Amino acid sequence: MASKIEVPTKTVAAATSATLSNEEILRYSRHLIMPEVGMEGQLKLKQAKVLCIGTGGLGAPLGLYLAAAGVGRIGLIDFDVVDFTNLQRQVLFGSGDVGKPKIEAAASRLRDLNPDIRIDTLETRLTRENALGILKDYDLIVDGTDNFPTRYLVNDACVLLGKPYVYGSIFRFEGQITVFAEPDGPCYRCLYPEPPPPGLVPSCAEGGVLGVLPGIVGTIQAMETLKLIIGKGQPLVGRLLLFDALAMKFRELKLRKNPECPACGEHRTITHLIDYAEFCGIRGEEAEAPVTSVPEMTPKELKARLDRGDDIYVLDVREPHEYQICNIGGHLIPLGELPLRAAELDSSQEIVAHCRSGKRSAEAVEFLRKAGFRKLWNLKGGILAWSDEVDPSVPKY
Amino acid sequence: MGVKVIIPTPLRAYAGKQESVEVQGATVGEALTALTAKFGDLKKHLYTEDGRLRSFVNVYVNDEDIRFLQKDQTGLREGDTISIIPSIAGGA
Repeated sequence: MASKIEVPTKTVAAATSATLSNEEILRYSRHLIMPEVGMEGQLKLKQAKVLCIGTGGLGAPLGLYLAAAGVGRIGLIDFDVVDFTNLQRQVLFGSGDVGKPKIEAAASRLRDLNPDIRIDTLETRLTRENALGILKDYDLIVDGTDNFPTRYLVNDACVLLGKPYVYGSIFRFEGQITVFAEPDGPCYRCLYPEPPPPGLVPSCAEGGVLGVLPGIVGTIQAMETLKLIIGKGQPLVGRLLLFDALAMKFRELKLRKNPECPACGEHRTITHLIDYAEFCGIRGEEAEAPVTSVPEMTPKELKARLDRGDDIYVLDVREPHEYQICNIGGHLIPLGELPLRAAELDSSQEIVAHCRSGKRSAEAVEFLRKAGFRKLWNLKGGILAWSDEVDPSVPKY
Repeated sequence: MGVKVIIPTPLRAYAGKQESVEVQGATVGEALTALTAKFGDLKKHLYTEDGRLRSFVNVYVNDEDIRFLQKDQTGLREGDTISIIPSIAGGA
């Protein structure tokens, strides 16, 4: 099912971009000496316009390798600011960039790598209002995002505009990569017509990720992007590449176009961009969040009562490996084990539950309340707030 | 038919932390029923309350999506591999 993807690389090119300077010939010599690339391929790269959505885990290797390869125009879109915890995997940034807008740090790094190319910076969130206008200026769209609403937004925009979409996603130690390209290939909705309910699949912040994983997946996306531009090799259209980093195995599954796909099928019902937060159930979830109805105790209050000698049972519902990072001497019963081990708790005692930030412990309190416990408190802000407000020697993570 | 079901990372916690599980079944439906009988917690992650496979979970027999075969009636042969592929979105 090999399909020819037409990536329009003939733009209204100025005389300068239709040739390579001597300096460019030297810079890209390792491309030029391969017949698969040659002058023709390098000129296609120079004339190509690629939009990279996100400059984080996936966006970092993507941006670096596209810039290194001489893609003539790279659009970067990201509204976020560099955070200290990003440095474990977002290799575009350095320690000195913490606190800066990601787009600024990314553009600076890429321009240093390759001053000859054009980097467009869009410090904005991609929305249904601006997506079509932004995407239409590029030949190819590459996904470096980290959430479902944006992925569906990008997919629908790409289908409406007829742009190929290089998809990559990760979770903990696994990755998925494919190329969605009309007219022959499937789109994201052919693969997954609907997203999971919010909260079911944790983000990298919540679930963790081995830093190098997005490096591998993002680099594969860069490879596919370059192949599409120069028109060589077999792209991942109609093929879902699965990567299991722990087993170090790649597997491939067939991706078929769904004739009933609402976006790219025979009877398309998606004719404009929709409210993706609503589609992904996020608005609904926010309206129903029960967290505020759980009784809370602040870290300062807990500290005062413990110092006073009150008989309080501090219940830590985190995982054992988190307990090893830091703890406040609580009794560890991971949230998942609470249903089986609730009998270890004494309902006549006051119980203050805590986790890292207060979310899991709120669920624990809600569970115990339904199980008949009455003297319950959720530690507001979790162990992070304890570190901020009571004992800064407790490390944050 | 003895088949191997590959459990994706997000669901391994509900399958005794195993990467793959051997089950018996003549069809995909039977094999997945055997799987959720063995690991009760998996059921709500794979199926809705009215017994349909969740739309963000794809099931493959070898390298073919069952939606393009006979869905849960897809027949199995000895040694086939069933892959459960849920939707993931990380990237930052």
